[in-house]
Amino acid sequence: MLREASLLLGMHDSMNVGMFLLVAIIKIAITVGVLLTIVAYSVWLERKVVGHMQNRWGPTRVGPFGLLQPLADGIKFILKEDLTPPYVNRTLFILAPMLALVMALTSIALVPIGPNITIGSVTTPIQITGVETANNQPADIGIGLLIILGVTSLGVYGIALAGWSSNSKYSLLGALRASAQMISYEVALGLSLVGVLMVSGSFSLRTIVERQLGSPWHWNIFNGGWQIVAFFIYLMAAFAETNRIPFDLAEAETELVAGYHTEYSSMKFAMFFMAEYANMVTVACLASVMFLGGWSGPVFGPPILQSLLPILWFLARVFCFIFLYIWVRGTLPRFRYDQLMGFGWKFLLPLSIANILVTGLIVALRA
Amino acid sequence: MSHLILFLIFAALCVGGAINLLVQRHPINSALSLVLVTGSLALIYLLLGAEFVAAIQIIIYAGAVMVLFIFVIMLLNAGAEEETKGSRVAILLGVPGLILGLSTATWVLATRYPGPGSVIIGQLHGTAPGMGRLLFRDFLLPFEVTSVLILIAIMGAVVLARRGSD
Repeated sequence: MLREASLLLGMHDSMNVGMFLLVAIIKIAITVGVLLTIVAYSVWLERKVVGHMQNRWGPTRVGPFGLLQPLADGIKFILKEDLTPPYVNRTLFILAPMLALVMALTSIALVPIGPNITIGSVTTPIQITGVETANNQPADIGIGLLIILGVTSLGVYGIALAGWSSNSKYSLLGALRASAQMISYEVALGLSLVGVLMVSGSFSLRTIVERQLGSPWHWNIFNGGWQIVAFFIYLMAAFAETNRIPFDLAEAETELVAGYHTEYSSMKFAMFFMAEYANMVTVACLASVMFLGGWSGPVFGPPILQSLLPILWFLARVFCFIFLYIWVRGTLPRFRYDQLMGFGWKFLLPLSIANILVTGLIVALRA
Repeated sequence: MSHLILFLIFAALCVGGAINLLVQRHPINSALSLVLVTGSLALIYLLLGAEFVAAIQIIIYAGAVMVLFIFVIMLLNAGAEEETKGSRVAILLGVPGLILGLSTATWVLATRYPGPGSVIIGQLHGTAPGMGRLLFRDFLLPFEVTSVLILIAIMGAVVLARRGSD
């Protein structure tokens, strides 16, 4: 049983099951902890940056520079009354925020954050689903990218069911808009990544990053010759997938109050909020893995610094991406709904198909 | 052993979801049961070593087709279905026919084909390169014919949808 379990988990013989589980649990705890901290402080950053863009201060009262604001918000969310309106479909009403948050947090498990790290006698890849094979080579799930896309596409259920089970016009309209938008832009998002897959020749996120290590000229965004177009498509589709301005019609407050989470309060609302920001982080991670070279960057100094610097470079890319989100939010107005759909189907989709054709030609000519 | 346990869990979820799909009277509950069925099917594919098919199953069926089902149910705001009395012919002929068909299929599968055995993560044989070789080398013509068929179906759907609006 033990032997079989260790084979099922993909371990080599020198590592026992207890050690494997311990390493896995530590990795999960650290990654989820860091992710939730990033989520909380993205909200703070957003309020601060948008505030400064609009000539305001943003949060200043709680702690220095308002740094404890996320903590105060968290306590407030937990202490607020958890109101379930009458006439809702109770089961689905409770299930929806859970689905949204679970799907948003799951995809981070597949993201390769850094190369191997060695602590004492244990060497492990900095990635929750990464394992160490017999010859000290990190192994990754062969279809990591597909799993992320699948999990992201399941996230729509949370939003759709929230809107439907609330039994309210605004919620239903918001959910319909959100799901239509996410289905439409998922196509462009998926197709924009096909070009990168053709250049890298693998679905494994770790392999994709390893092919881009070295100078910035090895990054997929430059290396493919044409992938900068794919990056543009990905960027647009990512804004739409995460329901952010300028594509946040699902929660256009002037028309729909708050969209699909109008009827939610307290921690259930907070779960949607966290899911939205966690999705932003996932999309940023995927962008840096697929286009911007993952954790590649200069590594120097003592061993401890050498193993931590790649993580820092990775997080720096994620930070830039989130800052871009906030910057766009502070700059652009919202699209009209028909413009949004027209842009997705009539511009992004043909462009992404053209990108696949051209990339295919380039790959065939190089081979 | 662990494979058997996982298989039993997901098979039970799959069959339970399918039965629930038929029993539920509200379309959205039925659709959600179908999501459960497709999801657990994907995990059974994964247990058989077909990781690519499993991922595509989730993306296409659970992530796209069923989302559209639920979208339509939400859009039409379909209410609970009324139960019909049920037809006597279906019970008299259908149930024995179903049992006969299932047992024949089980017998054929159990005697003709060896068990798939279990696979180890990292040594799956249904990987993306393997699938690609099968589709674009060994079964190139059927694959391309299927894609043309799907294209025709899409164009037919577009034509049918446009006819009403003009």
